[in-house]
Amino acid sequence: MTALLKSREALLMVVIAVMTALIALRFPGFVAPANLASVFNDTAPLIILALGQMCVILTKSIDLSVAASLALCGMTAALMNGAGVPLVVIVPAVTVLGALLGAVNGILVWKLDIPSIVVTLGTMTIYRGIIFLMTDGKWVNAHEMTDGFKAFPRAVILGLPVMSWIALAIVAAFAVLVSRTPLGRALFAVGGNPNAAVYTGLSVGRTQFFAFVISGALAGLAGYLWIARYAVAYVDVAGGFELDVVAACVIGGISIAGGIGSVGGAVLGAIFIGVVKNALPVIGISPFWQMAISGTAIILAVAFNAAQSRAKGRMILKEVAA
Amino acid sequence: MSDARHIPDRLTTPWQRRLRSWESLLLVVAVAIFIANSFASPYFLNAWNLSDATFNFTEKAMIAFAMAMLIIAGEIDLSVASIIALASTAMGLAHQAGADTPVIVLTGLATGVLCGAFNGTLVTRFGLPSIVVTIGTMSLFRGLSFIVLGDQAFTGYPKSLAYFGQGYVWWVISFELALFAVAAVVFGVLLHRTNFGRSVYAIGNNPTAALFSGIRVNRVRFILFLLTGLMSGIAAVCLTSRLGSTRPSIATGMELEVVTMVVLGGVSILGGSGTIPGVVIAAFVMGLVTFGFGLLNVPGIVMSIFIGLLLIGVIALPRLWSRFRSA
Repeated sequence: MTALLKSREALLMVVIAVMTALIALRFPGFVAPANLASVFNDTAPLIILALGQMCVILTKSIDLSVAASLALCGMTAALMNGAGVPLVVIVPAVTVLGALLGAVNGILVWKLDIPSIVVTLGTMTIYRGIIFLMTDGKWVNAHEMTDGFKAFPRAVILGLPVMSWIALAIVAAFAVLVSRTPLGRALFAVGGNPNAAVYTGLSVGRTQFFAFVISGALAGLAGYLWIARYAVAYVDVAGGFELDVVAACVIGGISIAGGIGSVGGAVLGAIFIGVVKNALPVIGISPFWQMAISGTAIILAVAFNAAQSRAKGRMILKEVAA
Repeated sequence: MSDARHIPDRLTTPWQRRLRSWESLLLVVAVAIFIANSFASPYFLNAWNLSDATFNFTEKAMIAFAMAMLIIAGEIDLSVASIIALASTAMGLAHQAGADTPVIVLTGLATGVLCGAFNGTLVTRFGLPSIVVTIGTMSLFRGLSFIVLGDQAFTGYPKSLAYFGQGYVWWVISFELALFAVAAVVFGVLLHRTNFGRSVYAIGNNPTAALFSGIRVNRVRFILFLLTGLMSGIAAVCLTSRLGSTRPSIATGMELEVVTMVVLGGVSILGGSGTIPGVVIAAFVMGLVTFGFGLLNVPGIVMSIFIGLLLIGVIALPRLWSRFRSA
């Protein structure tokens, strides 16, 4: 019970609840079920991407190319739609495309041992550049998309839009993946202690590769959802969104040093950012504040993570302050 | 009859090593690009055009020198472009408050140093990983700039400020180019000829061993973050002066180009090795490539694809090559 209270997820839940309650004191409309559902729906792409990023960060890597992959896959979806390809083909196709983009990152990290931050910093600009090459910088606007393409993520089933249901399904799938499958356990093993992982027969690079593929595939799927929901596609879609995704993970207690984290943490981290984003206009703060708030949240969260992990464990040798 | 065999004490002479180094390879590439450019466009071989071309890299290169030392020491600073935004915004605020050029410039530099100190404190005092800290401050510093400016811009800087980004010291040698040369020498000496420089390599190779050999590891790290902040402040002064205005989106994505320049210059991204001359040549290579593309009317975003490929390529190719040779 005390462990539950002390857990990161419980703390984060309390913080989110308090924050929502404070907003509700002055703006009761904010906690109306319909509004909360719309906040969740707005946060769905962030939740989806944060789960993919969690896999990557668990293995001691980072994927800064997610937002660019999202934009590239979203633009591809919009162009396929324009060419008359049916939706049942588009969605799997862009998910596979995203997985391929992730596989490019993964191969470079796995086979060539290049640090993931360098790889994804590079592919981030390359993927964005490819969108420009595909479109010459032109926009795909709402009237150029078919109604079915735009309607699917917004279609309401049992009171929630399809986009929210997809996010919930992915959360459920990840809860199983992370705790009940060999790959899920490998993510933790590889990040927690790469040397020990090798001795137990796990390939560090291969596990990292699959983490990047998962992250890419989710970015691909989120790309379609994003473009269809906002009904516009252009080169700079979701610009800088990779920072929000990393922030969600760090706030959710996923250690950048690898091996520590949970699905609940990533989801709550994303919801925290989602609530802040949606609350700012409600309480009358300019949206220009949001970037600074995300930054501060990342720094506080990482400082908090470090303080928490330092307290753990028994000191056997004298500490070396390097 | 003992005939003493000649056993060399090293397998390669210093000259051989120098010829085979990354820096000389890079120099060959630079010359090749130079020649290719002069064939590709009739406007390339012109003293003034070439002088203009140096503006493509001088600001980035000044940051790259400090970043190179930081990366050699095993850290990284991804917030440099955001430091430029915040420093430039501070300069705009100082100007609005009625300050004159010297105060505006000092404000820019001081903001840079303060941002560096903030990063450095978080990394050394609280022991946080520099990648995450500077991803956070990247968002924070530029975010502050957005809070101040929103969708507005500071313009109307005094005429005397224009010298830093638009003035010429002598003939085609711009102030920025001269500053770049001075910075190259200062950082070259600092890294390759001082105890401080040696300790940077020591920390990059093995921080624990460096600590046990009496190096004040955290102090060196802190100073490196300060230097990176200072150089970003200097770049902010030059860039603001050159553009004559401040927007919160100023220098977006520049951190990528700075890191690419450092890695292209042969600095190991894992820390422990690299040289300032390498970064200098890399700066010229990147400047020549961007300028050549510009003369051929290639849009900026296509150039950024090239920069991204370059970043991955320069790390991937040597690794592929060594794998190929050993196979």
